[in-house]
Amino acid sequence: MFENLSHLALQQYWWVIVSLLGALFVFLTFVQGGQTLIYTIGKNDTERSLLVNTLGRKWEFTFTTLVTFGGAFFASFPLFYATSFGGAYWVWMAILFFFIIQAVSYEYRKKPANFLGAKTYEVFLILNGAFATILVGTAVGTFFNGAMFSLNEMNNVQWETPFRGLEAVLTFHNVALGLAVFFLARVLGALYFINSVDDANIYERSKKQLLYNAIPFLVFFLYFLIALLLKDGFAVDPATGTVSMESFKYLHNLLAMPLVTIILLVGVVGVLWGIGATLLKGSESGIWFAGGGTVLVVWMLLLVAGFNNTAFYPSIADLQSSLTIQNASSSHFTLTAMSYVSLFVPFVLAYIWWVWKAMNSKKIDAEEIGEDSHSY
Amino acid sequence: MLEAIDVSLVNWSRAQFALTAMYHWIFVPLTLGISFIVAFMETIYVKTGNPEWKKITKFWMTLFGINFAIGVATGIILEFEFGTNWSNYSWFVGDIFGAPLAIEGILAFFMESTFIAIMFFGWKKVSKKVHLAATWLTAIGANLSALWILVANAWMQSPVGMQFNPETARNEMVSFWEVLFSPMAVEKFLHTTSSGFVLAAIFVIGISAWFILKKREIVFARKSIAVAAVFGFLSSIYVIFTGDSSARTIATHQPMKFAAFEGLYNGSERAGLIALGIMSTTDTDESNQNLMDFNMKLEIPNILSYMAYMDWNAFVPGINDLIDGNEKYGIMSAHEKIERGKTAILKLKEFKEAKEAGNTELAESIKAEFQTKDFQENYFKYFGYGYITDPHVLIPSVPLSFYSFHIMVFLGMYFILFFFLSFLFVIRGKLEKHRKFLKLAIWTIPLAYIASQCGWIVAEVGRQPWVIQDLMPTMAAVTKISTSAVQVTFWLFAAIFTVLLIAEVKIMMRQIKIGPKVKEEGGHN
Ligand code: HDD
Ligand code: HEM
Ligand code: HEM
Repeated sequence: MFENLSHLALQQYWWVIVSLLGALFVFLTFVQGGQTLIYTIGKNDTERSLLVNTLGRKWEFTFTTLVTFGGAFFASFPLFYATSFGGAYWVWMAILFFFIIQAVSYEYRKKPANFLGAKTYEVFLILNGAFATILVGTAVGTFFNGAMFSLNEMNNVQWETPFRGLEAVLTFHNVALGLAVFFLARVLGALYFINSVDDANIYERSKKQLLYNAIPFLVFFLYFLIALLLKDGFAVDPATGTVSMESFKYLHNLLAMPLVTIILLVGVVGVLWGIGATLLKGSESGIWFAGGGTVLVVWMLLLVAGFNNTAFYPSIADLQSSLTIQNASSSHFTLTAMSYVSLFVPFVLAYIWWVWKAMNSKKIDAEEIGEDSHSY
Repeated sequence: MLEAIDVSLVNWSRAQFALTAMYHWIFVPLTLGISFIVAFMETIYVKTGNPEWKKITKFWMTLFGINFAIGVATGIILEFEFGTNWSNYSWFVGDIFGAPLAIEGILAFFMESTFIAIMFFGWKKVSKKVHLAATWLTAIGANLSALWILVANAWMQSPVGMQFNPETARNEMVSFWEVLFSPMAVEKFLHTTSSGFVLAAIFVIGISAWFILKKREIVFARKSIAVAAVFGFLSSIYVIFTGDSSARTIATHQPMKFAAFEGLYNGSERAGLIALGIMSTTDTDESNQNLMDFNMKLEIPNILSYMAYMDWNAFVPGINDLIDGNEKYGIMSAHEKIERGKTAILKLKEFKEAKEAGNTELAESIKAEFQTKDFQENYFKYFGYGYITDPHVLIPSVPLSFYSFHIMVFLGMYFILFFFLSFLFVIRGKLEKHRKFLKLAIWTIPLAYIASQCGWIVAEVGRQPWVIQDLMPTMAAVTKISTSAVQVTFWLFAAIFTVLLIAEVKIMMRQIKIGPKVKEEGGHN
């Protein structure tokens, strides 16, 4: 069935999937956000262990989503994979570094003879929580603000600054997105604790942190969004493939794709509802609204970056090197083959959902961690 | 284009990849094997209801968890390293190579990481049967991860199922099934996963032996050894079968690698197999460090011809034949291959120029010519050789390949004997009496790791200078970046992985000392 689709249709299909994976990843960074809160919300060892164990049942989902996102991007848009990872070397290396230290920390933190001591692993978790979110957000900012690369006739990447991607922090708009993601992750982390932990103190402190982090999140996010609507964007001429600057490009994209705009707004409302209902009505299921809203918002923002004849990875060093979903994609054959594989995704989501349900049938409390033979 | 690339950049990038891959490979084989061993144990528990088996299952599961975490930490680097350090490669073959990586994430990693949650935390949350199913799914998921990455690796060794597209100047997939079921891929998967089973079985036997020597947990240790010895014995036979057929496939697809790990300089009919050998340290050829002859060797006549081609009389080309060519046996010289590769590269250039000049007609005709069978089989096939200037770089490190291969094979034979004895002693109930054997069992653990790492050295060093056999030399694959940047990340990874490895080993040893939990916790199962 997929082989009959045009190459462009497959490219769009894959951009939708890759964007969805990115969006799910941002939602799942509630684990990272939660990690930065273990000392703020957990005031003693028992409480901290409770928090770490609550997060510890989910961290692999976030991690695996990131890995899958990377693999899917490689398969569907290999030129992006080659250009961004090879080009913005330091940014990606830094991100990876902060994920290595996370992967062992849960398992090793409480184990006897763990060489570095429990505190070090907690610091690892906090560093991962803070830097991974900020760096990923900042890196995604370059989808809208461009990066300093150029491609030669063999499509091999050259980077125009010695900072290899780190220069992205000089653009405040990128950083604003990074910080928005960071505070969002903390908001989601607090909401997750409220939903999953059975402990009155933790509930109260999470609620307080929710408020403290929701405010900066909204400030940075709204700044990012408004600036995005006002800024020039990277337009592609569909006939020739030539890239040029267009004022209010992203605003135009939203106007040209009303469905995307509507879903984006629904997402924003979802996030606000999740936060508001928790703060005002004491709801404990805010994570589902805020999480679902996050997925919709990020998903739609990434569609805005790539659809409607826009360059999703623009180059500010050499405009014509900019990557679009058309010039960066795999062949028709590969996209077709991968599309068949994508049919497994609902099945994967179904078993994840089922396992999540089975494991969360009851809230986690201190007693469970104590009696469980495998705890972090 | 290539002249601009610094050799030290290539070498540091290779070193970084080798470092991270070899660290990853410390943890992966244990995951591959022990996940099945745990699944067998839990199956016995569910079938018999004997709580002793639950205790056994849980103990090995704890060790699995400690090892798994660091496997994940080292794996993520590898995946992104293709982009960060081999970006030219990622673009040149992303069309084919990216797909298995994506499938691995979607089909395998999620399966493993989801069901692991039930395996660890679900004892009291789901029924016994569901828990057992989760344990099996974790094991299957782990081995599926291996499948896809090995398909990708096999494709680098023997590229199939693709066609070069001059428009985009890269390879595009034309048959998914050819990529998935190439003989190289099938053998790689079977040999590598079964080698993981062997390693894990040795690990379980070695640690159980330690308990017996310490006169602790005798029942637990005996039962563990029984399971591991059977599993290990069958796997180790299988490893030899699949290793042997791998070698045969290599003889046809990567003759240079084959000649290197067999230490065969001058080819011959009825070639002999060098079973043991020590390489000379004096050079017979000043211009090339690799060409060293043997000081001492034990050669079994005719065997190599039979092993490689199932024919006692077959001609097996040696390193010199592959470089200088051998008309009698129809072997093309490296020089000729280089010329042909240059022709292919030139044709690509002509195509680009015609296109740029707007001469569509000429461009189309060059493209058509490019895609003819004749051009593909006689010129494009040697595309990568066009980048080579000195034919001697086509020879991989012979000593490294030779020694690694022979160590692996030697240990492989020894493991069969080892498992056989373990099994014999355990069924006769005489393990406690053979203290020497128990000590040997402990010392066999590191040997399993050595065999396993040696295997990868054979595979990866032996294919140098290619990242993709005959199509792309390593130096053309590398990301252009300053060497110092790669040095920084190399040392960073070396430091962090070493620290984490020390932590892992210490935690592991402590958990072993603590031993299986005696007290059975409450709960409905
Ligand atoms: C416990 C580990 C172990 C043992 C005992 C053996 N192997 Fe092995 N071997 C591996 C572990 C391994 C490996 C780590 O899994 C490798 C690395 C790459 C691969 O495909 O598998 C490998 C590679 C490898 C290769 C190179 C594959 C390539 O370049 O693609 C050959 C030819 C063999 N093996 C042959 C053998 C033979 C004839 C053995 C006979 C005893 C043997 N191996 C035992
Ligand atoms: C986990 C087991 C593996 C180990 C221990 C391993 C080991 C090595 C070693 C020793 C090298 C350096 C060779 C040299 O430069 O002389 C190397 C290079 C490399 N390997 Fe592997 N390898 C493994 C798996 C893989 C897999 C599965 C792939 C691909 C899917 C792969 C791709 C590469 C690449 C791209 C390089 C760098 C380029 C080169 O030097 O050829 N490796 N590996
Ligand atoms: C050089 C290429 C390789 C890459 C890019 C790679 C990538 C990865 C990644 C990203 C993970 C973490 C997955 C997670 O999030 O759970 C991982 C883990 C794993 N990989 Fe690799 N890997 C490579 C080589 C291999 C090889 C050669 C095998 C097996 C033959 C293998 C088998 C596994 C397994 C079983 C795991 C599960 C965790 C563990 O190691 O205990 N990988 N790998």
